[in-house]
Amino acid sequence: MSTAVRTETPAAKRHHWIVRLTHWLSFLLLVGMITSGLQIYAAYAKFGERNGPYYVNAFQDRAFPEAVRLGGWLAGGINWHFALMWPLMFAGVLYLSYLAGSGEWRSLLFRPRDLRGAIEMQKYYLRLRKDHPPQGKHNPLQKLAYTFIIVVGALAVLTGFAIYKPTQLSWLTALFGGFQAARYWHFWTVWIFTGFLIVHVILVFVVDPASLRAMISGWYRGRFPNHD
Amino acid sequence: MTDRRAFLRLLAGGGAASLVAACGWDGGNAIRPLLLDVSRINDWVGEKVLYSPRRLAREYPISERTRGVPSYFISPKMPVLTDPATWRFQVGGLVRKPQSFTIEDLQRLPATSYTVKHHCVEGWSAISTWHGVPVSAIAERCGLLPQARYVRFDSFDSNYFNGWDLASAMHPQTILAYGMNDNPLPPTHGAPLRLYAPTKLGYKMTKYLVSMTFTAERPGGFWEDQGYPWFAGV
Repeated sequence: MSTAVRTETPAAKRHHWIVRLTHWLSFLLLVGMITSGLQIYAAYAKFGERNGPYYVNAFQDRAFPEAVRLGGWLAGGINWHFALMWPLMFAGVLYLSYLAGSGEWRSLLFRPRDLRGAIEMQKYYLRLRKDHPPQGKHNPLQKLAYTFIIVVGALAVLTGFAIYKPTQLSWLTALFGGFQAARYWHFWTVWIFTGFLIVHVILVFVVDPASLRAMISGWYRGRFPNHD
Repeated sequence: MTDRRAFLRLLAGGGAASLVAACGWDGGNAIRPLLLDVSRINDWVGEKVLYSPRRLAREYPISERTRGVPSYFISPKMPVLTDPATWRFQVGGLVRKPQSFTIEDLQRLPATSYTVKHHCVEGWSAISTWHGVPVSAIAERCGLLPQARYVRFDSFDSNYFNGWDLASAMHPQTILAYGMNDNPLPPTHGAPLRLYAPTKLGYKMTKYLVSMTFTAERPGGFWEDQGYPWFAGV
């Protein structure tokens, strides 16, 4: 009987099917929401009451190229946007319910106690520390990023409702500073999602390509074992 | 390793291809009807879940009025009555006493004025004051029949029209406006009479009105029939 320690990392079950399904669904639906949103933006490419003053916006009075607009015209963009919002919100609620119900939120939600670990992780990335700090399913910086993007997702939904029904949900619209301000924040979520997506994909390929397979098959065979 | 690269190439290629295919796409014959079906569901949600017949839109001080509110009409030239003296506002359909009104008739009825924010489907908003008579007051005078569920508003702007749900039409802030910002309604904004409601998007507010017809069947609308949301409540 051998008691030798296995050197090869065993495949570990990483992601539940609900996580994988909602991950890819959210990606596709977000692409649809952003492209149809850029089509809607073209109808009035600025933020602020008619005749201004306008909010600071690098894209003021500029239409996005047709290649990144979905819908063809305003009504087309609106109909895509208001159709895809339902499955996207459904995916979000399903995912959050799974996190809450399974207890997996513990390995994902960034809490004050993760602060120290986040600093250690940052030191490692800045080469101020040689060894990779032990981590759970996600390292503290990942927790911070994933918690942040969930909050941004919630903000996208809330600012969306604030500009969808500014009279019926006037309290929500007021919470974001009014109709034009809510439009502005809703537009900002586009760039946060886009920035997140770019960094997320780069990190997957540069740091941990095995995590891509894990998000497809559910099994992880990479170099960052879970120490939880 | 190679199978992963192949997979990634496929993923990237597929993603790019679907994006290119999606450019400016309204869904085509396969998906567009589906999107319009969802839009009808959204109308139902807007009307039955998110709309309150008692909630009033916020009013603003007149100092916050927006200058230069844009003018929209669909005719090639601004619609203007050739003989204003013969203009009448006809109320018909499912009412006991169909009637017609002159502007003076309407101005003799109890008036409503408010300064509210206008929400355009394009995304702009502007504050103006509107003066008129509530649609509900006219419906009462004409004896609304219980079978009436919708209202159709017609104009002399190249047959522009809108269909409304009865609950939105009976909202206390839904008015037939004959004045704007302390002045008679200008031709640029629908003279002599237009529909106004701070609970709807701008394109639901028929300008250059000629008639209001109560119906049992749901009327469409100029933009609504081309794909814009029908309920369009804000």
